Amino acid sequence: MHLHKQGHTMRISRQQKELAIHGSFFAVASTSILVLTLIMVFLILEGLPIFNEVSVPDFIFGQYWYPTDDPPDFGILPMIAGSMAVTALSSCIAIPLGLMTAIYLAELASPRMRSIIKPLVEMLQALPSVVIGFFGMVVVAPLLQEWFGLATGLNLFNASVMLAFMAVPTITSIAEDAIFSVPEELRAASLALGATKWQTISKVVLPAALTGISTAVILGMARSIGETMVVLMVAGGAAMIPSSIFDPVRPMPASIAAEMAEAPFQSEHYYALFATGMVLFLFTLMFNVLAAYIAEKKKQTGTATL
Amino acid sequence: MRLMSYLLSAALVICMAVPSMAANSVTVKGSTTVLPIMQRAVEAFIAETGTPVAVSGGGSSNGIKALLDGSTDIAMASRKMKGKEIKLAESRKLTPVEHIIALDAVIPIVNPSNPIDNLTSAQLKAIYEGKINNWKEVGGKDSKIVVISRDTSSGTYETWHKIIMKKARVFPGALLQASSGAVLQAVAKNPNAIAYDGIGYINDTVKSVTVDGVMGTAKTAKDKSYPIARTLQIYTSSAPTTAANELVEFILSPKGQDIVEQAGFIRR
Repeated sequence: MHLHKQGHTMRISRQQKELAIHGSFFAVASTSILVLTLIMVFLILEGLPIFNEVSVPDFIFGQYWYPTDDPPDFGILPMIAGSMAVTALSSCIAIPLGLMTAIYLAELASPRMRSIIKPLVEMLQALPSVVIGFFGMVVVAPLLQEWFGLATGLNLFNASVMLAFMAVPTITSIAEDAIFSVPEELRAASLALGATKWQTISKVVLPAALTGISTAVILGMARSIGETMVVLMVAGGAAMIPSSIFDPVRPMPASIAAEMAEAPFQSEHYYALFATGMVLFLFTLMFNVLAAYIAEKKKQTGTATL
Repeated sequence: MRLMSYLLSAALVICMAVPSMAANSVTVKGSTTVLPIMQRAVEAFIAETGTPVAVSGGGSSNGIKALLDGSTDIAMASRKMKGKEIKLAESRKLTPVEHIIALDAVIPIVNPSNPIDNLTSAQLKAIYEGKINNWKEVGGKDSKIVVISRDTSSGTYETWHKIIMKKARVFPGALLQASSGAVLQAVAKNPNAIAYDGIGYINDTVKSVTVDGVMGTAKTAKDKSYPIARTLQIYTSSAPTTAANELVEFILSPKGQDIVEQAGFIRR
């Protein structure tokens, strides 16, 4: 090392410089992978011990979650059902809203309108989730109780609407980019063939932008399933499988967030919460892999591929 | 897993070794119900004396076990020592000393618009088991009861679970709130709701319900006429270190008891 210092202080060759730069960029790029790997290893190490206590099927398909009872029950099916229910319902709300906004912005809005609406929609994304959660709890829940005569406004529907608020900006902004980047020639050709504006959008532009739109939808859904604060505050928190959209539910992130703080370190309860985290991680991973797969598989390169 | 636990225990050993090198330090371990009092008290204690204190949870049983093993100076417990533990202590020639530091009373609450004023322990249990699900069954109006409970690892839940539920399970349809504040908020916004909260958190956005005809107050909790109350205590060995003794004295002093009240509990 010091030889190197003495001998070459005057001039570092261009090759060495290249190498150093290359190396440092590689190191920076690997950091995030390293961190991700470490988190995964930690998650798995802290989650696996629970399976000494309960079998995998009993854990995933168990109906009852009583982690502090004696003897305890560690069944997370109600939580999985809760997560899937809020994700599905919020997608039903967010996907049409998000896509229609995207189509309007990319195809129909005047440039002036677009320059006003797009930043506004994206600003929704900047709202902290705790603010949205608080809004759902204090404003929306009592309204739901009043309008629908419900026993409680803290339920699946409320949580889904709040999550849809959060997913719409994600869906809109990615889908809008995808639609906007469909080459102008396609639209021109379609219109020249006598197609109406609507036919052009539905038969030409949207199919061409399908990859980007799918990515937008999947990332929007991934956002819903992983969101914690909102579901903790407004989903109600009942660990049961919902039978109506106005039933309270308890999605996985809410369960982890509510209980982790007070679960004794390295107790069964603690391991069970980490194992719930593993299941949640598998779900979000699935969404992301799916998004990446669609983006890769159906990649459009230029107009010729249509 | 093994590597991980080695690393963690190494980290723990270092953490514990460092303060213990500073001549007098105190370790406190045990009940998560007592934990909020202890954390506040320790903060003030450190500010006053500079003595380092390490506080951790783990539950009453773990705290007492650690005290008998000699791995902690003070054990926090939301229950008295059990016969088995006393025997174990005797077999080791130990005589732990009990100090009651506070009282904990958990009060059932409903929305202020709810006409219900009193519920019996049995009714409360049936409501939380999901066996009674309409207010008219307990003399109220004809509407569904919305049962609100705390997450199962909270101390408030533990008290409720033990005294009212007699360790039976709260039915899965109960709504779960993660903090005392969220419970109040949910009850204040829902005319059909019932919940329970520590006495120190209750304010006039909700209505307290008497249990078996007794209103939960500091007085009724002390004379034991109110059923959902218990004492919170700490245990030390019969010959505690000077620093541990100072901490106990501090918590029992008027200043320490003010902290007990701030944490939402009743002075001893």
